[in-house]
Amino acid sequence: MTRGTGPRLAVALDGAGWHPAAWRTEEARPAEVFGAAYWLDLVREAEAATLDFVTFRDSLALPADGVRGRLDAVLVAARVAPLTSGIGLVPEIVVTHTEPFHLSKAIATLDYVSTGRGGVQVSVSGSADEYRNFGRRSFGADVEGEAADYVEVLRRLWDSWEDDAEIRDVATGRFVDREKLHYIDFEGRFFSVRGPSITPRPPQGQPLVTASSGVADSSVDVVYVTPQSRGEIGPLVEAQHGRQVFADLVVFLDSSSARAAERRAELDSLALLESDALVFAGTAEELAELLLAWHVAGLDGFRLRPAVLPHDLRGITRGLVPELRARGAFRTSYEATTLRGLLGLDRPANRYVA
Amino acid sequence: MTKPLKQIHLAAHFPGVNNTTVWSDPEAGSHIEFSSFVKLAQTAERAKFDFFFLAEGLRLREQGGLIYDLDVVGRPDTFTVLAALAGVTSRLGLAGTINSTFNEPFEVARQFASLDHLSDGRAAWNVVTSWDAFTGENFRRGGFLPQDQRYSRAETFMRTAWELFDSWRADDVLADKASGEFLRRVDAGAFAHHDGHFDIAGQFPVPRSPQGRPVIIQAGDSDEGREFAAATADAIFTRHGTLEAGQAFYSDVKGRLAKYGREGHQLIVLPAATFVLGDTDADAHERAAVVRRQQVSGATAIRSLEQLWNADLSGFDPDGPLPAFDPVVGENTISRGRASDRMHRDPVATARKWRELAEAKSLSIRELIIEVTGRQNFIGSAETVAGRINELVQADASDGFILVPHVTPGGLDEFADKVVPLLQERGVFRSEYGGATLRDHLGLDVAV
Repeated sequence: MTRGTGPRLAVALDGAGWHPAAWRTEEARPAEVFGAAYWLDLVREAEAATLDFVTFRDSLALPADGVRGRLDAVLVAARVAPLTSGIGLVPEIVVTHTEPFHLSKAIATLDYVSTGRGGVQVSVSGSADEYRNFGRRSFGADVEGEAADYVEVLRRLWDSWEDDAEIRDVATGRFVDREKLHYIDFEGRFFSVRGPSITPRPPQGQPLVTASSGVADSSVDVVYVTPQSRGEIGPLVEAQHGRQVFADLVVFLDSSSARAAERRAELDSLALLESDALVFAGTAEELAELLLAWHVAGLDGFRLRPAVLPHDLRGITRGLVPELRARGAFRTSYEATTLRGLLGLDRPANRYVA
Repeated sequence: MTKPLKQIHLAAHFPGVNNTTVWSDPEAGSHIEFSSFVKLAQTAERAKFDFFFLAEGLRLREQGGLIYDLDVVGRPDTFTVLAALAGVTSRLGLAGTINSTFNEPFEVARQFASLDHLSDGRAAWNVVTSWDAFTGENFRRGGFLPQDQRYSRAETFMRTAWELFDSWRADDVLADKASGEFLRRVDAGAFAHHDGHFDIAGQFPVPRSPQGRPVIIQAGDSDEGREFAAATADAIFTRHGTLEAGQAFYSDVKGRLAKYGREGHQLIVLPAATFVLGDTDADAHERAAVVRRQQVSGATAIRSLEQLWNADLSGFDPDGPLPAFDPVVGENTISRGRASDRMHRDPVATARKWRELAEAKSLSIRELIIEVTGRQNFIGSAETVAGRINELVQADASDGFILVPHVTPGGLDEFADKVVPLLQERGVFRSEYGGATLRDHLGLDVAV
């Protein structure tokens, strides 16, 4: 094992960075966010530093600020998948307006095209714009309850094929053993789904399911939380009952704290950064100290949101990661071939196997 | 003056859930591992094909109330595979079937516009409708669309998606760092669509994609389907692969274009076609017979017969004679989730014809099914097959073919290595891609 004793590290990617004025910086490539090369560069940068995974932000409406436009996150993740080999790929999906059957096969397929590095961040629709774009329902149902049902359906569909369902038995002419394919027969308050999936069980059995705290809490593998101080961490982690807990932080990273703070102030003067997560501006060394202290306080890992891309991503990959490695607290190479493997999670048993 | 030679269009279909896909062959690989898709797509691109085509599945088929287990079962998500293939190919068009019944226009338009960006202009959408509550059991919408609403929803769905694609102008992304204006006009992407099917309004989040909108492909042989294609599609799939049937279909659909202000080159006619090659024609016919026996196992023969008979025939011997009794008339309940169910419109008459054929040629059930369900279009040496394909295209029986290999994923190799060079020598197929986008390959106008 080369993982080290420290926290796991993920990076959240969106547009030109998490700050709404990020696209106005000199090095920003705001028009390129609609092409594949941009995303491939970013993910390869993260992979070169052996980060655990990247998330791709999404929504079902035009972003109100920053880069005004966005591509479908599952497709972006799939596009970079065959051209990367170690890093986990976790697109966000909005479950309020979409079909669990479609998204189940999409994420299973992401797992196939990445050979076991697929995951998903489940999110709910909080914007009236998204409701109007679909026109199927009115704003304000129990979207969290629906998200929990949705995740249950995703997981049942992934399990609906046993791993050895494909038999190719020439003697009887049977391609599959139908006893190993299962109707999921999900009946919920919001929708029902019969199954089985059209897509065989993916390489990880169940791709990694993640969500921000408050969204389908009991059904996810990794929960994102937003502590503002070390003191909040203990109770936050305890409330998650053994699920892996990652803290979200927005980061500005520079060679001096003064420079990082100055850069933040420059961008803040152009647009307001509204952040649920703590905004860190400082050096890689300072961030390493903070992450290690918070890790000791109980967090499994961190999802860092680079304020500006690629500047603050490079601050993470070329500044923070070497700092952590120097302390023996971060891997130097990928020690597993699947995302679950990287996170130390077992391949789940299939619920339908007797 | 002789007519100038037409350029042939070729596409590769990744073989899917049907009994023409031979999974029992020693050469057959995985139908689900991504490496299989890469292999077929890269072969198609090496051969300078127009596009790669992937069908869609939304419910596993059933027969007699049980999941159908004799064919390749299971396939990936269309969009996800095509986006991944965009990373390992650079020119090949990427076409996928997406139905208009269990999706919403905003979502599908967003996915196709994203795919077109991520592939630098290579996306194509095969618009289909799903008809049954059986498939609907996997979706929120659930239900069943009556025949008269299927095309109406499909047509409205596609026109709505077009409105979304067209809601951005090519120069709407300004991204002026100095002024802070990202959009050239604040209402870039604005749309509003209200009718009996969709009641939506907002701003579409994906800027104008390289092709303006993806290539639209349509399949459907009914009068309504042909009209729909003539009005809206860039390409049409058909089963009419023979000279006479092909010519009739071709002139029919091309003849419908004028009333929509469109010209002949704006609708590409592409029949699906299978092929078996050999060193000689005789050799190819021998191989074709072997392939047919692989495609129709004894078990497959019985199940195929059940689909016509609408009854459980599991007690019959595939190497024995046909049932003496007639098919069960009425709604076909034996088989679900299969498009061909609707093709047996008069099962008793069909059964009578089959029985006469079997008696005349002394055919067992399996031999009969091999004979009546065979649709091998091109059988012969590479020279013969190249000649036949060219002959059909030059005679306006089609503009090209969507080739369906019977083995995954290497089933196109021999065609790419042997037939394509002959077509190139004849000057009827490209040796290099001329343009960057799928619209370029197909000779279609840029969507404006």
